Amino acid sequence: MTGTVLSKAKPMKQPEDPADTEAGASRSERVSALAQQHGALVTLVVAVIAASLSFDTFLTADNLENMAVSSAFLAVVALGMTFVIITGGIDLSVGSLFALGGVLAAWGSQYGTAVALLLPLAVCGLIGLVNGLLIARSRLAPFIVTLAAMLGARGILLSVTDEGSKTYLVDKDTFFATLGQGKVLGIGAPVWITLALFVAGAVVLRRSRFGQYVYAVGGNEDAAALMGAPVARTKITVYTLSGLCAGLAGALNAAWLVSGVTILGSGMELEAISAVVIGGTLLTGGFGFISGSLVGVLLLKVIQNVINQIGSLDSAYQQVVSGAFLALVVIAQTWLGRRRRVL
Amino acid sequence: MTDLALGGKAPADRDRILRYLQDYGVYLGVAVLLILNIFLTPHFLSAENFRTQAVQVAPVLIVALGMALAIGSEGVDLSVGSVMALSTSLLSLYLGYGTWIALIVALIGGAAIGVANGSLIAFIGVQPIVATLALMVAGRGLALVLLPQLKDVRDPTMASLGSGDVLGIPYLVLIAAALALVVAFVVRRTTFGRQLLAIGDSRPAARLAGLPVRRVLILVYVCSGVLAAVAGVLATARLTASDPTSLGNLMELSAITAVVVGGTPLSGGRIRIGGTVAGAVLIQLLTATLIKHDLPPSWTQIAQAVVIILAVYAARERGKR
Repeated sequence: MTGTVLSKAKPMKQPEDPADTEAGASRSERVSALAQQHGALVTLVVAVIAASLSFDTFLTADNLENMAVSSAFLAVVALGMTFVIITGGIDLSVGSLFALGGVLAAWGSQYGTAVALLLPLAVCGLIGLVNGLLIARSRLAPFIVTLAAMLGARGILLSVTDEGSKTYLVDKDTFFATLGQGKVLGIGAPVWITLALFVAGAVVLRRSRFGQYVYAVGGNEDAAALMGAPVARTKITVYTLSGLCAGLAGALNAAWLVSGVTILGSGMELEAISAVVIGGTLLTGGFGFISGSLVGVLLLKVIQNVINQIGSLDSAYQQVVSGAFLALVVIAQTWLGRRRRVL
Repeated sequence: MTDLALGGKAPADRDRILRYLQDYGVYLGVAVLLILNIFLTPHFLSAENFRTQAVQVAPVLIVALGMALAIGSEGVDLSVGSVMALSTSLLSLYLGYGTWIALIVALIGGAAIGVANGSLIAFIGVQPIVATLALMVAGRGLALVLLPQLKDVRDPTMASLGSGDVLGIPYLVLIAAALALVVAFVVRRTTFGRQLLAIGDSRPAARLAGLPVRRVLILVYVCSGVLAAVAGVLATARLTASDPTSLGNLMELSAITAVVVGGTPLSGGRIRIGGTVAGAVLIQLLTATLIKHDLPPSWTQIAQAVVIILAVYAARERGKR
């Protein structure tokens, strides 16, 4: 997998896959690769068709718009997570940073839009930077560092909100609130912002030198270092990026809700990781793509929406289904990956 | 501190001190906190206070024992909090059939989650963090499906389990201490314990040596699941209520912290049960100290975060060696 990642990005959709580049790739190998890359998309299409046939209320403009906007925030978090996971790391702090970003944005909105956006980005980016420094320079395990950051960020969140009892409100007439509430062509502003970020993220990952380093570090860190890739700097950048994404998602969410809700974001790291994994990115690093994470987020939200539509099932089933689904996806991925390695 | 400065000349000295700190730093931490509290906190040296602290630390410790086994096998078990929730749901559902049957069903629930975790990890080869993440999400959901909201547990046996004592020592504390001894014995003196450490050290080597890797890994996660279920049952007995929504929330973090602070390396192959006990006590004391001095809970979380990072930072040299 690492052999191809440093080669120049080709104008193909998923150029990182060895099956595409090896002329003699056998058919079953290609089928496995396709299933891994597009399995989530196929499942999403099937789920949407099934849902719209089963529920009249599913394919309505309101429901779709609602799903799109509520997916947007998770998608932005998953975007940063995708970079982290491709380097072979993990970021458990995003849920706390999401909540912290929202609260800081709501507090900052009284001083104008610039403060409302820059304050959460600065604080969450800084925490991400500290994560990255501890992981890359001090060589601590990513999961434990970001776990500590999760606790620490939640602590900061509590201390700026009077132990969680104070909720800062966003004035509805400000430009900042428009970022969450406004609509362009009938679709919520957060959706457009998210789409723009995903395009930018995909371009960076596919076409930039940094993107190639991200794959190289995840594929084989030692080999990447020997080839002259700045391993530490790449890692520090991806964790900072993940912090920035989580903070921005929190700020946008606060603009959408016009308040900084303190209880949000718990469990969000799990949702984001699930979405990235469902989208076909390997947790072992070195392989993955941005578009898959978007599909993963949408798939999770469609499943949630369907379960909500079945009136008799309460939201607890949502968790059972999400967990079982994540397990299935990981089993399938491991199986497909093993097949490809053996062949 | 002065030793450390002098040690700059001789790296071996510095190395020795560092290793000493890694091994015994947690006990030092507990001692410092105890002494500070004895002087600074009014009414700290009362039997009542010690009782409260010990009862509060018992469930965390029991979960941390299972977590230590998982971490020693170079894994981790994120599903422990959800297993606690599942066990409390099962317990209150089956209490009608008798206390003992309900207890057994609750423990079987924990074992079942452990089998699922272990099978994903051992047979399919899924990374522990992801496999147990899936069971964490699904387990909490399952607990809530079985018991949607808080329910009082009115059962005399459970009530006495939760608040009874022998010679002034609460049952909860006795059970936790007994389990710590059993797990320490298992790790040090049994074949399973040796095999578990060998697998944690190097899974390929253990496989080449002919160890039953899959069986041992499944058993590790079953142990972790059952211990978490025990903690869930005891917490239910203490609260005399089943609350699947909040019971065990963030328990995986506390347990991992206790294990890591206790000097068990995340890279596997080594388990320190004494350190884990001290780690659990250290976090409890830290929380209690901050609360007793009217510092807000937010400080507790920040302090816990700092302690985790310090512990892992101190342990990192060993990981590389």
